[in-house]
Amino acid sequence: MAGNGSSFLGWPVLRQLASGDLLGRGAAVTSRRTRETEPRTSTADRVVQSVCPYCAVGCGQRVFVKDEKVVQIEGDPDSPVSRGRLCPKGAASEQLVNSPSRQTEVLYRAPGATEWQRIDRDTAIDMIAERYLESRRNTWQELDDKGRRVRRTMGIASLGGATLDNEENYLMKKLYTATGAIQIENQARI
Amino acid sequence: MANADCIVIQGSNMAECHPVGFQWVAEAKARGARVIHIDPRFTRTSAIADTHVPVRAGTDVVLLGAIINHVLSNDLYFHDYVVAYTNAATLVSEDFVDTEDLDGVFSGYDPRTGAYDSESWAYQSRAEPQVPDQEGGIQGPTGDEPDAKTRAHAGGHTLGASGAALEHAQVVRDETLQHPRTVFQILRRHYRRYTPEMVRDVCGIPVEQFHEVARAIVENSGRERTTCFAYALGWTQHSLGAQFIRAAAILQLLMGNMGRPGGGIMALRGHACIQGSTDIPTLFNILPGYLPMPVAGEHDTLEDYLASIASPLQKGYWTEAPAYTASLLKAWFGDAATPDNDFCYDYLPRLTGAHGTYQTVMEMLDGKVEGYFVVGQNPAVGSAHARMQRLALGQLRWLVVRDLQLIETATFWKDSPEIATGELRTEDIRTEVFFMPAATHVEKAGTFTQTQRMLQWRHQAVTPPGQAQSELDFYYELGRRMRERLAGSTDERDRPLLDLTWDYPQDEHGEVDGEAVLREINGYHLTGDRAGELLSSFTEMRADGSTSGGCWIYTGVFAGGVNRSANRVPRDQQDETAAEWGWAWPMNRRILYNRASADPQGRPWSERKKYVWWDEEAGRWVGKDVPDFPADRDPSYRPAPDQGGPAAISGDDPFIMQSDGKGWLFAPKGMVDGPLPTHYEAQESPVRNPLYTQQRNPGRLVYPRKDNLWSPSGDEPGSDVYPYVFTTYRLTEHHTAGGMSRWLPYLSELQPEMFCEVSPELAAEVGLENGGWATIVSARSAIEARVLVTDRVRPLTVKGRTLHQIGLPYHWGIGRDAVVEGDSANDLLGLVLDPNVHIQESKVAACDIRPGRRPHGDALLRLVEEYQSRAGITAVTGNERLDEVTPEMAARRAAAGSGQQAPAPDETEGEG
Ligand code: SF4
Ligand code: SF4
Repeated sequence: MAGNGSSFLGWPVLRQLASGDLLGRGAAVTSRRTRETEPRTSTADRVVQSVCPYCAVGCGQRVFVKDEKVVQIEGDPDSPVSRGRLCPKGAASEQLVNSPSRQTEVLYRAPGATEWQRIDRDTAIDMIAERYLESRRNTWQELDDKGRRVRRTMGIASLGGATLDNEENYLMKKLYTATGAIQIENQARI
Repeated sequence: MANADCIVIQGSNMAECHPVGFQWVAEAKARGARVIHIDPRFTRTSAIADTHVPVRAGTDVVLLGAIINHVLSNDLYFHDYVVAYTNAATLVSEDFVDTEDLDGVFSGYDPRTGAYDSESWAYQSRAEPQVPDQEGGIQGPTGDEPDAKTRAHAGGHTLGASGAALEHAQVVRDETLQHPRTVFQILRRHYRRYTPEMVRDVCGIPVEQFHEVARAIVENSGRERTTCFAYALGWTQHSLGAQFIRAAAILQLLMGNMGRPGGGIMALRGHACIQGSTDIPTLFNILPGYLPMPVAGEHDTLEDYLASIASPLQKGYWTEAPAYTASLLKAWFGDAATPDNDFCYDYLPRLTGAHGTYQTVMEMLDGKVEGYFVVGQNPAVGSAHARMQRLALGQLRWLVVRDLQLIETATFWKDSPEIATGELRTEDIRTEVFFMPAATHVEKAGTFTQTQRMLQWRHQAVTPPGQAQSELDFYYELGRRMRERLAGSTDERDRPLLDLTWDYPQDEHGEVDGEAVLREINGYHLTGDRAGELLSSFTEMRADGSTSGGCWIYTGVFAGGVNRSANRVPRDQQDETAAEWGWAWPMNRRILYNRASADPQGRPWSERKKYVWWDEEAGRWVGKDVPDFPADRDPSYRPAPDQGGPAAISGDDPFIMQSDGKGWLFAPKGMVDGPLPTHYEAQESPVRNPLYTQQRNPGRLVYPRKDNLWSPSGDEPGSDVYPYVFTTYRLTEHHTAGGMSRWLPYLSELQPEMFCEVSPELAAEVGLENGGWATIVSARSAIEARVLVTDRVRPLTVKGRTLHQIGLPYHWGIGRDAVVEGDSANDLLGLVLDPNVHIQESKVAACDIRPGRRPHGDALLRLVEEYQSRAGITAVTGNERLDEVTPEMAARRAAAGSGQQAPAPDETEGEG
């Protein structure tokens, strides 16, 4: 509600006439707060080109970073795919990064337990590596029931990949295959 | 798409599911294109379209088949294109017998296994005796396995890019198209009964509207004009989904709309990298670049394996499979892979059947799977028969969930609906669960491949918070530690892991360098002067171990040592093809098979649709895109009869990945449930198949189990217990199972609650109130949803009878952690799979709907059981492979090698 300038010239009707904003819906009625607000996009330390993580249209994104935090994500006008546009999902992707409910700790639930407990990531990866190797031992098939060599485990499965990077899918398929795990699937079949 | 003169969107709600992609439809429309939307529901896509055609879910083959019939009977197809570029003129074996003559099955069907032997669908060979018999060169789609459950090939995926191996390209052609065994005449006969009246009676589309659609496609195809089709999961999620797409491909080939600007069939895919995760697959049946995973008994040696991919005498680039395979094995096993040990081919584990996600879930229920990684997916909500998924999770020994939020899959042990019904008790669930926080797309660098095969590099903006890490880092670390634990092992089974190349540079934060991985995928020269140099094209790959490359179709992305996926020349600084933004496989081609954009002599079909053409003086193909053809191959070039591979591609063979260089109207191989799309009703349908006695796709994969029941179909007793059809779909504001949207306040506010869309007529019939609650009951489960009464869903008239369809979005799930929760539509679905790609049927099923909320606890289970018993359902219901036919027909089928009786499936089979 702060006045727009303190003098007589700041009277709304005059402002509307002077600025050409005759309907009083534009510059004439902006508050000082609005005028002094700078978009997060102009105060960012850097802008990084990215791609929307939702659907397969592949809209270009500009990610605005300040103090090593993502402060805004907008459409990339340079992209020939999206010409700067994002749909509600792509436009909400800043919340995907900064969501208050986002999990950033490793959690572990023991057999029969009713609650999570926090564990260290290093410990968790060690535990998973051990379980992987043990399950592989438990369920190893050198030959199938017809005596043909299959050298695999049917005891380890994986689901996921369509939201991941090509490089990640590549490492996953490579590692799983080398360990003999074959039940590897993703959203493409769902 | 912006260049199309007519766009047919069928099986997709593009405006809401691919909103920003839809601007190109709007752009085409602004340039004068006709837009037609064919879909059970009126959506925002329909609102923009010139015409909305409501269709009964699951009947698309009848509609497309009738358009095919219309253009064939009235000579409206693109004659010159069809004769030169498709297999219309090719003769098919005398042994082939069509569904029209066998009442709904093709020749070669084995009722015992539910599978086809496709031998009788082969092309007639011109030179039988001259062609050396390539051992293993032709493999029946079923191998030697008698049991359909063990079918290893998900053919459509395995052979996704290749078509299938042919022994040779020595086919017999009759370019007058008159011979009765030409593909052209077979096609004609096959679709003869697919008439506008049939469309009216099966799809519920009035005859005049059919003609309107057919006319729009015909008027907008040919030399001067092109029509484009777009589809999404409305086509794939069916028990014959792959055949829906084939039907569109046949039509588009007949109309000359493939390989040309504004033409084609666009698959609108749902995830940022779902294309990439098929190219570099996290899928059981393929290796990177659509090379098959080896199958025990079929691919025991490298030689068998390669022979099954391509015979050296067929045409095209698949004959180079030995080079792609050797390069992949070199990339994976490094120095350990040598020509003498077949590049460690033996290190690859073998398939013995279908090991897809749904088969795996059933194995989990049977306690055969110990550990499960769930990475950026939410099967407890997002997979069909979500109930079965959740019960299966409780049978695991350990589960690793990697995600951004505590999704329902991670918390099933404390808040799944089965805890509420008393079927599961937290204290009894022995599964150990690891929740590992993941990095978002801006916290790691890497490529997504979008729906038009374009790779786009994302730069890293910030590092992941807390203990969050990328999959790249997690899997690298996991592999490193497993290798460390096994170091020094003398066990033969550990060799593949120990010999694996697993040494990637890390930055100062310990994060793996994604570009190093992309370079490995691209591949290197390993020997000679150029050793250490990155490959610039897959044509540089060799079978002798002198090159590496983790995914041959991606070779070139790092040509010249430059990460081309990071190309970002702004759109206003380049032409419409935008070749300098990202990188599309293969070789940065934006339209595949674009040789077809020119006539057989190499001239553009028209000035208006000029794209790639032969420059006589330069002796090269030139144009607006990278020619998808040997660059210097003269249009008049004809190979010698004994040539194979790329050298055998004639100057007028645009379909360079097909084994005969032609577009396949008829698929002599590669499709496991028939060479031509044929209409069958869905697994659950209120309508009898009016075309054949055979109600359902005889090749579909069925799983008769007590926890996977089906309602009776057509006029069978009990079908009136589930009288309505429902279809599932997405909303703009949510993303699949909600893991990336139901936790976001903005998106949750935009779409807060699970709902069902019903017509005013249906609402009146059963007493539903707008904004009130409804309970929807299928043969598997019951869910509740808010009621949205809307004219967007219209009752259809099918054979004089009114048929109601219900729309259900599927983004919600029951848990405690998300901003919004609700029942999951996937709970209503059962498991029946398309045999080609093993995808489930989730776009159509039967249900009842009643006012009010569903009961809770044990009462919910009793409600579902009460319906089942009223309908008289057993595990056999709906799982019959063949329906009974007359004795004469049975005899005719037997003569065509298609068995003669329908054995009842074993009720206990696969029971868990
Ligand atoms: S809802 Fe938001 S994102 Fe969608 S069109 Fe309106 S302003 Fe744009
Ligand atoms: S912004 Fe919307 S349309 Fe674009 S990629 Fe993301 S989800 Fe798809």
